[in-house]
Amino acid sequence: MLNFLARRIVQLVPTLFFVSVLIFSLQQLLPGDPALVMAGEERDPAVIEQIRQQYRLDQPVPVQYFYWIKGVLSGDFGESLRNKVPVRELIAQKLPVTIQLASMAIVIAFLIGIPAGIVSAVKKGTALDYGANIFALWGISTPNFWLGIMLIFLFSIQLGWLPASGYVPLTENWRASLASTIMPAFVLGNAIAAILMRHTRSAMLQVLESDYVRTARAKGLFERSVILKHAMRNALTPVITLGALELGTLLSGAVLTEQIFSIPGFGKLIVDAVFNRDYAVVQGVVLTTATIYITLNLIADIAYILVNPRLRG
Amino acid sequence: MNLMRLAVTAAALILSVQSSALAQSTLRIGLAEDPDILDPTMARTYVGRIVFSAFCDKLFDIDEKLNIVPQLALSYSTSDDGKEVAIKLRPGVKFHDGEPFDAEAAKFSLERHMNFPGSFRKAELATVDHVDVVDPLTVKLVLKQPFSPLVAQLTDRAGMMVSPKAAKEAGDKFGLKPVCAGPYKFVERVQQDRIVGERFADYWNKDNVFIDRVVFLPIVDATVRLANLKSGGLDLIERVLATDIKDVRSDSRLKLSTALELGYFGLTINVGRDKAKGPLSQSEKVRQALELSIDREALTQVVFNGEFVPGNQWVSPEHPYYQKGFPIAKRDVAKAKALLKEAGVTPPVAVDMMVTKGAENEAVAQVLQSMTAESGFDLKIRLIEFATSFKQAQAGEFQAFLIGWSGRIDPDGNSYVFMHTGAPQNDGGYSNPEADKALEDARLINDATQRKAIYERLTKVLLNDLPIVYLYHRRLLIAHTNKLEGYKQMPDGLVRVIGLKLK
Repeated sequence: MLNFLARRIVQLVPTLFFVSVLIFSLQQLLPGDPALVMAGEERDPAVIEQIRQQYRLDQPVPVQYFYWIKGVLSGDFGESLRNKVPVRELIAQKLPVTIQLASMAIVIAFLIGIPAGIVSAVKKGTALDYGANIFALWGISTPNFWLGIMLIFLFSIQLGWLPASGYVPLTENWRASLASTIMPAFVLGNAIAAILMRHTRSAMLQVLESDYVRTARAKGLFERSVILKHAMRNALTPVITLGALELGTLLSGAVLTEQIFSIPGFGKLIVDAVFNRDYAVVQGVVLTTATIYITLNLIADIAYILVNPRLRG
Repeated sequence: MNLMRLAVTAAALILSVQSSALAQSTLRIGLAEDPDILDPTMARTYVGRIVFSAFCDKLFDIDEKLNIVPQLALSYSTSDDGKEVAIKLRPGVKFHDGEPFDAEAAKFSLERHMNFPGSFRKAELATVDHVDVVDPLTVKLVLKQPFSPLVAQLTDRAGMMVSPKAAKEAGDKFGLKPVCAGPYKFVERVQQDRIVGERFADYWNKDNVFIDRVVFLPIVDATVRLANLKSGGLDLIERVLATDIKDVRSDSRLKLSTALELGYFGLTINVGRDKAKGPLSQSEKVRQALELSIDREALTQVVFNGEFVPGNQWVSPEHPYYQKGFPIAKRDVAKAKALLKEAGVTPPVAVDMMVTKGAENEAVAQVLQSMTAESGFDLKIRLIEFATSFKQAQAGEFQAFLIGWSGRIDPDGNSYVFMHTGAPQNDGGYSNPEADKALEDARLINDATQRKAIYERLTKVLLNDLPIVYLYHRRLLIAHTNKLEGYKQMPDGLVRVIGLKLK
C-alpha cells in the first residue's frame, strides 16, 4: 500500500510539470498582447514598453516560463497584471466560493438525481418513469444561462424571495450566503442531476435483473428492502464515481453560471483573466484546478483500494 | 385604553424614526465590469473612473455644460505666454489618512503621475516640465510649450490627488488601498465582487454627503444588472442597454438619467498602412462614397431604437466644439456610385472590416454592410475578440475597423491622438500636414473662439480625407430607483455621489 502511494505521488511530479508547460505554452498561442490589453484606451507606447519589461513579456517564452516556475516552486504565483493583486491571494479569495457552490450543486444533484433514477427504474414503463425521463431530458437540454435568468425573473423580480445576484460569504451570514448561492447551485445541480438520474436508472435496471436480486426476492424480503439494501448499493458505485468526476469539473469553475449570478468564483476569475490576457492569473488558476483534479483522482484511487482489496498488489 | 394605545403607537413611531435614523444608508451601484487597479496613476478603465469619483477628488471638475469648475483647487491662471499655469488650492482639505492637502502634496501627486514607472498619466502631463510650490496653497505648473487642454486633463485622473505618505509607503501597491481626499474612504475590495467605501468624516464638502456607505458591484450581464435594480438589490446601474430603455421607463419605481457621451463610434479606415492597398485606402473619393452610402439616422433607429445621436465629427452635434457648418451628409447612393466611377473603381469594392464581438457591434456592422452594398461596396465582417482586435489594430491589419472612443472633455483628446501623424492611436496611419498643423495650433491657444476657428480648418480637411467615418454618439444610460434623489448625469458618464440622498 505504501509502495503504491509512493509510486503515485512520484508520478504526480512529471504530470504537474507537463501541465505547467502545457498551460504556459498554450497561453502564448492566444492572439493579442497583454501589455496592449492592459493599456486599453490609454495606449502610450513608452508605457506599454515599460510594462513589457516589468513583466518580462519582452523575453523569450522559455525564460518567462523559468521565472514563473521558479516563483511557483517557492509558493509565489506572481501578481495580476491588471490589478497587481498577488495571484495566491486571488485564489485564496475565490476557492472557498467555488467549493461552496460546487458542494451545494453536487448535493442538489444527488438529492434529485438518485431518487428520480431509482423510482424510474423500479416503476419502469409507468407514468412516473416517463415523467422522470422528461425531467432528465429537460435538465440536460436546458441551457444554464437561460434557466438562470428565468429563475432570477421568478424568484427575485416577481416574488422577491432571493437576491438576483451577488455573493455573501458563509462566515459573514450563513442564511444570506445560502440565499445568494441557492439559485446558481440549483442551475448547476439540475444539469448534473439529469445525468445522474439516467445513469442511476440504467444501473438499477441492470442490477434489478441480476440473480442475487431474484434470490433476495425469493427469500421473501420486502420489496423496499430488496431495492434499498440490495440493489441500490451495487447500482450506486458507478454513479458515485460519476458524481465525484462532476464535482471535479465544478471545482474548476462554472463559467456561465458564475457570470450570470455574479458569483466571484474560479469561473469568473479565469474568464476575465483570459479576456484581459492576465497570464499570471490564468496560469495560477489552471495549475491550482489541475492539482485539485489530480489529487481528487488520487484520493479516488486510494478509496478503491481500501474498498476492494483485489486491487492491492 | 385609547390613550394607552396612542402612547404605544407614539412610542413605536419614535423608536422607528430613531432606528431608521441610526440605520446606515448604503448606495449600491452596479457596474458593467470589474475595474482595474484603483491607483489614479496607473488606472486605465472607464469603469474605474466611476469608482474613483467616490474616493478621489480632483483639482478640477466639470459641470453639465462641460465648464471647468473647481474641486480641490479654487482657481487657476495661465501666464500670457501660456507656459505657466498657477493653481490656487482649497484650504483645510485632508486626505483619508488625516494628512493635510497642500501645495507639497499637490506637487507630489502631479510628479507621481508624471514619473512613476508604469504611469498611464505620463502622456496627459507630457507637456509639464516641472511643478513649483509657490506658497503652501499655490502650485505652478511650468510647461515645455503652451498646452491648452492641460486644465481639462486635471478634471480627470491626472488631477486626482493622493496622500503622499500613503503613496510612498505603498509604492506600486497603492491601488490595493487608495488614500485620497474624496467623499468616501476606501474600506475593502473583493476582486470581481465588490468595492466598499464609507463616508469620510473630515471631507471638505461633508455637508453635501448624505449617504453613509457606497458599494460598487460589478455585474457584467446587462439583463442581470437591470434585474438586480428591479428586485431592489441595487440602487443604481450604469450602461443600461438601449433596447431596455422602454422597460425602465415603464417601471414606476425606476428613473432613467441620460447624457450624450463625450466620445463617438465610427469606422476607422486604414488609409496609410493597408498592405493590400485596397481602393478605400487609395482614394478619398472611395471613402466619400462609403460615407454617402450610410444613412446614420436609420442606423441609430434600427440598432438603438433612435436613442443614440447620429454624428459626423469627433464631438457630438450638442458639443460646444461641433462645427455646424459641416452638417451630416444625407445618404445619396447615386452620388456614391458616381464617386466610385470617378475614382476609377469597379464594384464590388471588397473591404475587410474588423468588428469586435458584441451584440450591438455586430448589429451595427450588419446594417452598414447592407446599406453600403447598394452603392457597390462589399464589407466583409471579420468578428474578433477585443484583446486580439487591439493587437491587429496596432499592427494595421485591417482595412476598416468599427470602434468607439469613450471621449475626453477637451476636443483635443478626441482628435490629436487619432489623427496626428504617428500619434499612438492613429491605427490607420493617417498623415496630412494640414491636419497636423491644425492639431498642433489648437493646443497652443486658450481662447475658445480662436480654437474653434482652428478646428474648423481641421474639420474641412478631415471630412474630405475621411480617415475616420464618424457614425453616432452613444447616450450614457443610467437607471436608478426613485428612492435615490438628486441624481444628475454628467456627460463624462461618471456617477457623482455629492448631494445624493436615499429616501
